[in-house]
This record gives sequence, C-alpha cells and structure tokens, in this order.
Amino acid sequence: MKVQANSEAIKTVIHSTSTEPARLYCIRCLITLGLILGLTVLSFMYLSLNPAALFTSEALSSLFGFVGRFFPPDLSDDFLRKIGAGFLETIAISALATLTAAVLSIGLALPVAGRFGLPAKVVARFMCNFLRSVPELVWAVLMVLAVGLGPFAGTLALTLHTTGVLGRLFGETLENYPPAASNALTLSGAGPIDAFFYATFPGIAPQLLSYSLYRWEMNIRMATILGFVGAGGLGQMLFYELSLLREPKASTVIIAMLLLVFLVDAISNRLRRIQMHNLG
Amino acid sequence: MATTVTRSYLGTLDPAAPYRLLGIVLGLCLLWPLLQLAQFNPLLLLDPNNIRVFGDFLIQFFPPNLQVDFLELVLTATIQTLAMATAGIALALVIAAPLGLIISYSLSISRIGPASYHPFAQSVRWLARFLMLVLRGIPEIVWALLLVRIFGLGPIAGVLAIAITYGGMLAKVYSEILESGNTLPARAILLAGGGRLAAFFYGMLPGCAQELASYTVYRWECAVRASVIMGFVGAGGLGQLMDQSMKMLNGGEVSTILIVFLGLVLLADYISLFIRKQLE
Repeated sequence: MKVQANSEAIKTVIHSTSTEPARLYCIRCLITLGLILGLTVLSFMYLSLNPAALFTSEALSSLFGFVGRFFPPDLSDDFLRKIGAGFLETIAISALATLTAAVLSIGLALPVAGRFGLPAKVVARFMCNFLRSVPELVWAVLMVLAVGLGPFAGTLALTLHTTGVLGRLFGETLENYPPAASNALTLSGAGPIDAFFYATFPGIAPQLLSYSLYRWEMNIRMATILGFVGAGGLGQMLFYELSLLREPKASTVIIAMLLLVFLVDAISNRLRRIQMHNLG
Repeated sequence: MATTVTRSYLGTLDPAAPYRLLGIVLGLCLLWPLLQLAQFNPLLLLDPNNIRVFGDFLIQFFPPNLQVDFLELVLTATIQTLAMATAGIALALVIAAPLGLIISYSLSISRIGPASYHPFAQSVRWLARFLMLVLRGIPEIVWALLLVRIFGLGPIAGVLAIAITYGGMLAKVYSEILESGNTLPARAILLAGGGRLAAFFYGMLPGCAQELASYTVYRWECAVRASVIMGFVGAGGLGQLMDQSMKMLNGGEVSTILIVFLGLVLLADYISLFIRKQLE
C-alpha cells in the first residue's frame, strides 16, 4: 500500500516536471527586484547623495589630505605603553563582562526554560528580549550615567546585553536537552535547582562554554568601540586623540584595534578547526 | 570513632578534587588583574550621587514624549536611518562584487592547468585580500567617526561607513559562497577557454544567486541596526537624535526613540524575512 502511494507520488512528480515548461520569468521575483531597485534610488535621492560627487578632484584631494595626516603613526615607546594598557583594558572589559553574563545567564536559563512555571518563564523571556534588543552602545551611555566614565561602565553595559543573549541561548539549550535524568531526580524528590546542577548541567556545559566563547569574541570587538561614549578601552583613547586632532596617535590606536581583531579572528579560526577536527 | 569518620570522609573525596582546587586558585589569580584592569567596583552602583542622577533620568522615561512635533522629528530620523542602510548596502555591493570575484579561488585561472603560476595574478589577489581585511577589520563606527571629519555631521558619513565595512564583509562572504557551491560548471567554462566573467555569469551565478541575494538582504538588516548606532558619533539618523536627547538627559525623548528603534529593528527583521521568502 505504502509502496504504491510512493510510486504514485513519484509518478506525479515526473508527470508535472515533464509537462510544465520551465518558467522563463518569475513575475514575483521581478516585482520584488523592481521594488528594491526603486527604493534604493529613492534612498539616494532622499539623502541627496550623489555617488559620483565623491570622485571629483576636489573631494579626492581633501580625502588624501586627511589620510595623509595619519602618517606616520606615532610609535614612541611612551605611547606604545599606553596602547598596551588600553589593549589589556579592552580584553579585561570583554572577559569580565562575558564571565559575569555567563554566570547570570545560568541563573536566568532555568526560568527561561520553564523550570519555575509559566509566569516566571514569560517574565524571564521578556527580560532577555529586552536586555538583548537594546544595543550595547545605548547600555554604555546609560551605565556611564550610572557609574561614571571608565571601563567599569563598559563592563556593565556588555554584561547587560550579553546576559540577554546568553540567557536565551542557555534557556534554549536547557529546553532541548533530554529531560530523562533530571526527571529522575525530580521524581525522587529533588528540587529544580538540584535537578539542574546534578542531572542537566554536566551534559550541557560544553555547549554553554562554546556559546560563551563565541560571545566573548563578539564582546572583544564591541569593547573596542564602547569607549566612544566614555566606557574605557581602546575606543576611549581613539576618541580622545581624534578630539585633540592628534592624528598620528589616532592612527596607532586604529592599528592596535586592527591587530586585536586579527588576533581574535585567527585564534577563533584555529579553535574552530580543532573543534571540527575533534568532531571527526 | 573520629578516625573512622576522617577515613570515610577521605574515602568519598572526589579524586579530582585537588586539581579542581588548583584550577579555582589559578582562575582567581587570573581574575584579580582583570578586575583591577576593568576598575570593577560594584559599590559605585550604590553611590548616592550616582543613584540620584541615574534615578532622575530613568523616572523621566515614563511617560515617553509623544508631542506631535517631536514625533515628526523621530519619523524623519527613522526614514533617514532606513535610507542610510539601503544606500549603504547598495554602495557596499559595488565594492564587494568586484572584490569577491577577484578573491574567489573558484574563478582562478592560475589554479587550473599545471605550471601556470602567475606572479601578477597572485599579487593582485593578495592585495585584494588585504584591502578586504582592512575594510572589514575596522568597525563601522570608527569609519563613521573618521568620515564625519571629512564630510561633516550628517548621514553621508554613515552611508559611506556602512558601504566600506559591509563592502569588506560582503566580499568575504561572496567569495566563500562562490567557493562552497558547485564549482564544476565554472571550471569547465574556464578549461574550455572562457573568460572569468563568463565563467561567473554562466557557471556560478545560476547556482549561487539565491544564497548571494539572501545574504545581502540579511546584511541590510544588520545595516539598519548599525546605522542607528553610528548616529552616536554624529552620522545622522535615529542614533544622532538619541545621542542629543541623552546629552540633555531628556528621559522622555530617549524612551520614545528607544521604542521606535526596537520597532524599526523588528520591522527590518520582517522585511528581510519577506524578501528572502520571495527570492526562494
């Protein structure tokens, strides 16, 4: 019976493909493409931005003049030492923020996964979504108001945003993990927290770690720019030097930022390759 | 009695316990300098002066400012943000398409036959790769900060910053998509003597078009989010409005802008999902 049904299905497929000619035009796609093109042109018109005006000789000479002021970068020992401090500060901000957020998120993951009942789940989910949707930079401005200028504000800002992201990811991991072991503990009288730490946590820990490392990578990138609103790290140095019109120093900071990004990229690529290798 | 208690306690002790202790001690040793570097000081949150300033600001968030003339301002900024993202992605495409084609190994003629190593082709490819790395390695807000100095405050710096960063990112992903797809048709065309462009248009594009387009649309969605952030360094749109309101500590305006921003991100999400569905 089933075989017959299958062969019927195959026949209809063959039938439909053999009789219907391939469509030359997809009207829906053409309409979508036309809309996109139209809106793009409208955008340029709305911003009164003429791309060709960027390549006039006047614009180009002012551009090269501006770029020229950044060379040569300031590589004096004194300044390089300052850059090193900013470099370490950036890494410290991101590492601490990720660590704090990971710990908080484990606490948040239990209600997000519905281990404390439906009302707690709704509240925790809303909290995660709220923390996550406000961008890091906005949190940073708010935290600078709350604790003053400096890297601590940046750490708090990254912590808040990352808690939202990780809380949701951790909660989903928890929901998807087979509940047998934790059910066994709960049925024999353990509370939800004991059941979590003894039955579920050991199983999901590697996944949580890999999510946290992934967020750390993004947070390092973020920590370099949070300084623009006064929240410490390399960004604050760049903003400061540019405000004082000291372009050679600013260009050293930009090079340091690039180096940091390359370093993080290279390390995470290497780790990912090792992980893939281990998985077979 | 006491000895048996000690012995049984020692007997149940986890054999991994000493290592765990060592790990905790090492972790704390690492954590301490991090805390120092980030100037971690939760007591600042309880500082009465800070609480007063921050509390006054937060209380103003309710109710949001809904005056008609302010809402008009927000609407203009929202449209500007969308236009910035669209124009930025359009220009990014102009940067990314040639770069992606140059970089992609699947269209490399010098990789085909034996002993066809070509130093010129090789060096152009390395140059393009380096350019792409620099374009996307510097965060968009840094580009915006620099470009504001050339083009003045306003959306043009934002558009160009999006174009530069996302141009680099799209180039990387385009070349990867071209390499991961089915490369045999393109190779066949190259082997038969066709040019690189012919190989791309006839051999690669039919198979990859959908993936390329849907990634571009996804990047548009990211660009909407980024264009809001870039306003903080004066590059126009909702972010610039939010920056002004925050500097004046006008909580009512900030909360209106935040609500509009969250709505805008959600809208961009749905638009990008809709377009990607249309392209399937």
